[in-house]
Amino acid sequence: MIPALEVRGLTTRFATRKGYVTAVNNVSFSVAPGRIMGLVGESGSGKSVTAFSIMGLIDAPGEISAGSVRIEGEDMRQMTPEAQRKMRGRRVSMVFQDPMMTLNPVLRVGDQMAMAVQVHDRVSKKAAWERARDALDIVGIPAPTERLQAYPHQLSGGMRQRVAIATALLHRPAVILADEPTTALDVSIQGQILAEVRRLADDTGTAIVWVTHDLAVVSSLADDICVMYAGCIVERGTADQVINHPCHPYTHGLIQSVPSLHEPGRKLPQIPGSTPQLSQLPSGCAFRNRCAHATDLCRTDPPDAARGERRVLCHHPLEEEA
Amino acid sequence: MSEPLLKIDHVSKRFTRDLGLIQRGLARLTGGRGVETVHALTDVNLSVQRGEVLGIVGESGCGKSTLGRIASGIYAATEGSVTLDGQPVAQERGGRTQKLTTKVQMIHQDPFASLNPRMKVGETIGEGPRLNHLAKAPEVRARTRELLEQVGLEATYVDRYPHQFSGGQRQRIAIARALAMNPEVLVLDEAVASLDVSIQAQVLNVFTDLRRDLGLTALFISHDLSVVRHVCDRVAIMYLGRVVELADASVLYDKPLHPYTEALFASVPTLGTGRARFNPIKGEIPSPLNPPSGCAFHPRCPLAGPRCRAEVPRLRGTTVGRDVACHLHDGGTGVEAA
Amino acid sequence: MPGIVHDNVLTVPSAPPIETRITRLRNFWSDYCRSPIAVVALVVILVLLFVSFGAPLVSPQDPYDMAALDWLDAFLRPGDIGSGGYVHILGTDNAGRDMLSAIFYGLQTSFIIGLSAGALALLIGVTIGLCAAYFRGWVETVLMRIVDLQLSMPAILLALVLVAVLGQGVPQIIGALVVAQYAYFARTTHGAATVERGKDYIEAAQSTPLPTSRVLFAHLLPNVLPPLIVVATVQVASAIALEATLSFLGVGLPLTEPSLGSLISNGFKYIHSDRYWLSIYPGVFLMVTVVAINLVGDQVRTVLDPRNAR
Repeated sequence: MIPALEVRGLTTRFATRKGYVTAVNNVSFSVAPGRIMGLVGESGSGKSVTAFSIMGLIDAPGEISAGSVRIEGEDMRQMTPEAQRKMRGRRVSMVFQDPMMTLNPVLRVGDQMAMAVQVHDRVSKKAAWERARDALDIVGIPAPTERLQAYPHQLSGGMRQRVAIATALLHRPAVILADEPTTALDVSIQGQILAEVRRLADDTGTAIVWVTHDLAVVSSLADDICVMYAGCIVERGTADQVINHPCHPYTHGLIQSVPSLHEPGRKLPQIPGSTPQLSQLPSGCAFRNRCAHATDLCRTDPPDAARGERRVLCHHPLEEEA
Repeated sequence: MSEPLLKIDHVSKRFTRDLGLIQRGLARLTGGRGVETVHALTDVNLSVQRGEVLGIVGESGCGKSTLGRIASGIYAATEGSVTLDGQPVAQERGGRTQKLTTKVQMIHQDPFASLNPRMKVGETIGEGPRLNHLAKAPEVRARTRELLEQVGLEATYVDRYPHQFSGGQRQRIAIARALAMNPEVLVLDEAVASLDVSIQAQVLNVFTDLRRDLGLTALFISHDLSVVRHVCDRVAIMYLGRVVELADASVLYDKPLHPYTEALFASVPTLGTGRARFNPIKGEIPSPLNPPSGCAFHPRCPLAGPRCRAEVPRLRGTTVGRDVACHLHDGGTGVEAA
Repeated sequence: MPGIVHDNVLTVPSAPPIETRITRLRNFWSDYCRSPIAVVALVVILVLLFVSFGAPLVSPQDPYDMAALDWLDAFLRPGDIGSGGYVHILGTDNAGRDMLSAIFYGLQTSFIIGLSAGALALLIGVTIGLCAAYFRGWVETVLMRIVDLQLSMPAILLALVLVAVLGQGVPQIIGALVVAQYAYFARTTHGAATVERGKDYIEAAQSTPLPTSRVLFAHLLPNVLPPLIVVATVQVASAIALEATLSFLGVGLPLTEPSLGSLISNGFKYIHSDRYWLSIYPGVFLMVTVVAINLVGDQVRTVLDPRNAR
C-alpha cells in the first residue's frame, strides 16, 4: 500500500546572522491511510517546522535544503509552485494551534468554507455550502446549518478549532497536519476533539500527523509516535513501543518526568539542563551533555541507527524491556 | 484542628465592565443597566493550614486565577475577606487595591512575562526586600545569591538579564523573587503550565525541595490534574466561580463524587494506558457573564434533575475531609427514582 | 535509574548565549548599517552638529559681532571676496554678513531649540502618558482628553498663539514648542505603557508590594522607552521646522539672533531681485537637517521593530 504521507531526509535550515541553523535535520517517516502519527517534542525541537516544511510553507530566511515529501506517492518537492498550491488544501491540509490563523474574522463561517471548496472544485455556491455543512457535521458540531451563518468571534475556542478541522477536511485530503491543535483548549473540550479526530481517522481513512508537546495526548490518540529532539527524530515506533518501552535515553527521561507515574510528593526523575539552542548544538549526539550514558563515541560521532521500523538515534539505546 | 494560616472567607468577586457613554445611554433607553457584570467568584470558602499545599483545579472561566489574585492581595474581594493569621491581606482604598502584607507572594504562569526584561535578575530578586526594609542592602545582596543557589541556579547570574535565561530558569528566578520576601504563603498560578515536560519536572522538584526545607504553605492553582495530584495535600475543584468539590487529594483522586469532577477526570488523557476510549463531557463551558440558573453544571450534567435547574447546591460535608456541592449528595435532584 | 539524574543543580550545558550590552550594541549597529542612506544621514547630522556647535571655530566670521560687519560687503555673490580678504562661499546678506557663518550660527540656534524643546516635551509627555496608563480611571480620562483635544489642533497654530502671548526670544519659543509637542509623546507613551502595564511583571511588582514610584519609573518606564526614541527624533526635526516657520512668519527670533528660519525670512525679501542666495542656502540647510534626522529616526524604528529581527 502506498503511504498517504512519506517524508524522506527532509532538512530545513534558516539563515541567521551566524550562518545556517538546521531546524529540521534529515527527518524521515511515513503515515499510512487512517493512521495517526504523533510528532512529539519539546519547544525548539523542530516539530512545528517539520509540519510547515511538509506543507511547503517555509519562507525566507528559511529554506528546505534536502529531502522529499510524497503525498500518496507524488513528490511535492518536484512539483511546480502552481501544482504545489493545488495540492495544499486538497490532498494535504493543515490545522493550526490558533484557529484564527485559518479563519477570516470578517466572513461568515459558511462563506469562507464555501470559498475554500470553490478554490479547488468548480461547484455551485449551494453545493459548496452543503459540503461545508457536511464537514461540520463530521467533526461533531451540533446544529451545523446555524453555525455556517455565524462569524468566527461568535464561536467558542473549541468550536472554532472544530471549524478549522472541518475546513481542513473539505476536500477529503489524504493527509491532515495538525500543529498543537488542542493546546490552547480546556481539557474537557480537548477530550471532545480528540474523540472526534480518532473517529475521523478510522471512518474516513485520512492520515493525520498530530504535532504536540503533550505525551499523554499522543499516547492515548496516536498509532505511531516520532520523538523529536534538536531537529532530529530520535525515536520512532508504535505508540505502545515508544511510550511503554522507550529505547532512547531522551524519550525515557521525558516519560519518566511525567508526574502521574510517580508517588505524590516524591521528587521526579528529571533530565538535567535545558534544550540546546539550535545554533549551538554540541558535536556528535545533540543530547549527549544531558545524557547519563554518553561516552566519547557520542561526542565524536553523530549517531545513525535504524532497527527495522523502530528507529532509535542513539549509540547506546536502552534495552527494550520484555 | 488549629486555626488556619490563610482563610478565604465567603469571598465573592464581580468585575463590572463599563460600556462607555453611548452604549450606556442606549442601554438606559432600552431599560438595561449600562454595565456588564462578570461573576468571577461566588461565595468561596477555603482555608489553608500551615505547611499545607491546597490545589485549586478548574477550566477556563472557573475563577481560579481570580481567586489566586485575591488571595495574594492583588485584587480586593467584592464581598468577604481573605486573612493571613487573622490580618486582612488587602484593602480597597480610593478605588485602588492596597496590599497590606508581604507575607503572601505570587508566582505567575508565564516566566517570559513575569520578569521585567530590562532589569537585572539580582535587582529583580533584591528590590522587594530592600524597598520594604526587610533587610539592609549588603544583606540583601548576599541573600540574593543564596536564593539563586537554592533554586538551582548559579550565584553569579545576578548580573544577567531575563532574556539570557530559558523558561525553566526564569521560573526559578520568579520563585527566588517570591522567596526573597520570606513569605508565609506562596500562591502559584499555573506556575509550571507553560514549561516543557522535562523542565516542568525540574521546577516541580525545586518546589518539592523548598517545601521540605522551608515548610512552605501554598495555594497551587492548575488545570493539570496529574501535577496537582503530585504536589497537593488537598484539592478544591472549581466550576464557574464556585468550589464544587473539596477533599484530600488521595480521597478525591480515588473516587470523585461531583459529576463534574468525575467527567473532568475522564476527559484527561493519561500516559501509558494505551489508546483511550474518550468519554468527554458534552457541551461547552458557559460564560460567567450569563451563568445558568441553579447548579451551573446542570446543562452539561447527565444526572441533572429539576432541582438542579432551580436551586444552587451548597458545598457541604459528606464524609470526613470531603465537601461536595451537588444535590445528588444532598437529598436528590428531584428526579423520581426510576 | 539510568539516564536520569536526581540533582537539582543545573550545570547549564546549553544556556542561551550570553549577550552583553556590547554585542547587542554591535548587532544594532550592523543592522543600522544595512541602509546606506541612513548611514549617510547620520554622518550628515554629525557634521551639521559639529559645524553648528563648533561655529566659532569653523566659521570665517562672527555674525553677532556688529563691529565686524561692513556695509560695503552687502549682497556679495557666492564666491566673491569681501573686505575681510576671504571668499564668501555662500555670499553675504544685506548687512554684509557672511552667509555661511550665519547659517552655522543659525543652525546652532535651531539645534538648541529643537533639542531642548524635544527633551522637555519628552519629559512632560512621558510623565503624563505614564501616569494616565498606570492610574487609569478619571486620571486617564482627564489627561488623555486634554491630549486628544490638543492633537486635534495644528501644532503650528498653537505655537503661533503661544509665541504671540509669550513674546520673542529663545526660551519663549522653546516653551511654545514644548506645549505644542508634548502631546505626541504623551500619546505614544500612553499607548506603549497601556500594553506593558497589562503584563505580569507589573502585577508582580505591585503585589510584592513595591512603592508606586518604583513600579512607574523602574519597571514601566524602561520598557516604554524604545518607541519613544523614534518619536523623539522625529519631534526634534519637527521642532526645528516649527521654529523656522515661526521665525519666517516674523514671530520667532529677530535677525540679531539668527536661526535658519529668521535667515530665510530675511532673505525672502530679496528673492525676486536675483539675490537668491540669501534665502535658498539657509532653506537647503534646513531641509537637509530635517530630512537627515527623519531618515535616522526611520532606520532606528526599522531596526528596533522585532518583526525585522534576525
